[in-house]
Amino acid sequence: MDQALGWWGVPLAIAAGTLRGSAPFLFVSLGECLTEKSGKINLGLEGTLLIGAMSAYAIAYLTGSPWLGVITAGVAGMMLGVIHGWLSQQPRVNDVAVGIAMIIFGSGIAFFLGKPFIQPSAPPLPALQFGAWSNLPQVQSALQISPLFLLGVAIAPLMQWFFRSTRWGLYIRAVGDSPDAAKAMGISIFKVRMLCIVAGSFLAGIGGAYLSLYYPGSWNERISGGQGLMAVALVIFARWRPMQCLYASLLFGGAQAIGPALQSVGIDSYYYLFNASPYILTLLIMILTCSPKRTLNGAPGALGQ
Amino acid sequence: MINRYNSRNIEAICIPLAALLFSLLLFGIFCAFAGADPFGVYASIYRSAFGSWRAFQNTLLRAAPLMLSSLCTALPARLGLIIIGNEGAIVVGGLGAVAAGLTLSTAPPTIVQVAMAIAAILCGGLWIGAVGALRHYRGVNETISSLLLNYIAIALLNHLVGGPMRDPSSLNKPSSYPIAQINMLGDIPGTRVHYGLIYGLVACVIAYFLIQRTTFGFAARVAGGNIRAARIAGLPVGKLTMMICFLAGSCAGLAGMVEVAAVHGRANESLNANYGYSGILVAFIARHNPLAATLVAILLGGILASGGSLQRSHDLPDATVLVFQGLVFLVVLFSESLYGRFFKEGSGVRGQRSAVTI
Repeated sequence: MDQALGWWGVPLAIAAGTLRGSAPFLFVSLGECLTEKSGKINLGLEGTLLIGAMSAYAIAYLTGSPWLGVITAGVAGMMLGVIHGWLSQQPRVNDVAVGIAMIIFGSGIAFFLGKPFIQPSAPPLPALQFGAWSNLPQVQSALQISPLFLLGVAIAPLMQWFFRSTRWGLYIRAVGDSPDAAKAMGISIFKVRMLCIVAGSFLAGIGGAYLSLYYPGSWNERISGGQGLMAVALVIFARWRPMQCLYASLLFGGAQAIGPALQSVGIDSYYYLFNASPYILTLLIMILTCSPKRTLNGAPGALGQ
Repeated sequence: MINRYNSRNIEAICIPLAALLFSLLLFGIFCAFAGADPFGVYASIYRSAFGSWRAFQNTLLRAAPLMLSSLCTALPARLGLIIIGNEGAIVVGGLGAVAAGLTLSTAPPTIVQVAMAIAAILCGGLWIGAVGALRHYRGVNETISSLLLNYIAIALLNHLVGGPMRDPSSLNKPSSYPIAQINMLGDIPGTRVHYGLIYGLVACVIAYFLIQRTTFGFAARVAGGNIRAARIAGLPVGKLTMMICFLAGSCAGLAGMVEVAAVHGRANESLNANYGYSGILVAFIARHNPLAATLVAILLGGILASGGSLQRSHDLPDATVLVFQGLVFLVVLFSESLYGRFFKEGSGVRGQRSAVTI
């Protein structure tokens, strides 16, 4: 069948890769979006992603239930979130530096505890089959979609509505845009930021569970290729809007699929460079959209201060 | 009576030391939970880091690239930039050094070594210099762009050693052709430590004088303290940013050259050995002071050197060292919030904090 599709296999493989590979980007960028709306940056989501991937895999293996693994991953992410939320709000402590420390700490813990789980295989998350109408196996496998991805797709508009139309969304925006005004409204800045960071870390942990339990579907130390870091750039690109995080995640998932798709039709001389395309794309987008003259449209006013 | 100057100095020495001790304590608790005897672990770390001359040489071997790599974060920090592209600059520096070493292989060894160093300095410098330029001209966040460049550098390394620069005889681990033995960096006489250590020490001393004792360094510190004031004073902020970034990258690039020309002899994935990320940690513990970075690099080099023995004698996974580094980093960051808290009523130190450069 591979031959029958020929070059058409490339766009199909990229589309399939987009549907499979964009969920981690989506969860992490939604988590980062929530965090940044409250005025703090969490660069440590890379560590959160790894902790999530490790704990999901370990729990799924030990209990036999992948969904229990997903929940555990979220909870494990929240624990890292508590550390970040507390430490980054101490006086004179820089949130970006805390993020770097959390990457080292989180990946250290994940590799430390995850060592015994590299060999065994955990039950993967089930997939929904949307491709039964086609008799091409490539189409069928391309349209296998994880319910977790659909969950992420549903969270994006919900979060958009939450920010725009709810009281809590307003509180978060107030804390992120103008902490002094929020304080005058009687809102606890510490609590709101803590909750946002913890909830964002929960989402990032679930993104990690997707990595280890669905795609690529195994646990090893190289499972996350910097998706947690790219999320920060992705949120800038998405202008801090959850719906645009969804579109940006699809774009990045697609960019990630280019290398493997070309390799499948025999172009592998630039394999590593094509694999770097999400990073190159992120950098290009940042070069094109940032400006030294003004702060970005949509950026929370107190971000990084 | 403790005057303001003294209390600042006491804090600058005591707080980092207390932070290191506290993170050792936390690490001990972590080890106890993991089922290892904490005191045994401390003893093993000490033995394999500083316990004998042989072990200490091993520590120094690891400290050399750490010193150079830490400057990649420490120098831009004086300008108020957080750059974490150390790993990428090390990789491109190593690639540049290999390319120069292979092209000039027949020239006299001294010339080849100088050429390798210059190539590494240029490659690493331009790599991080680009981060500075993007920051200045496009307002691109330097932390994120330098991080992305790490991944791009590693992809470039994999591409080059897997294709254009590949030595066909390297089967399991794709590598470039080796540098001729005669062109390698030698050892300091009487030791097993290569000259990279001297490079690291010299670079840190130069960096210290550049930042603390020259007009250029003063301008950089002013711009780091208050960029608007620096602009009003007519300082060329853009030029400063790019020059500091170039220097920072060139130090990390030199670390790549040291790794290639003194340790591995060829470029392969061993270049990507986490010296970049540990270098960030060194810079933060040293509070971006290049002289302090030499000491911290030796300390951290010792901890890195003990990874193997923790694995052998305590059955702890190799990620233990990473956990320890993460703990130290977190505690050191927390300790930042303690400055100025201890001498409150003494002599009005609190109000003076903002005048202190980090």
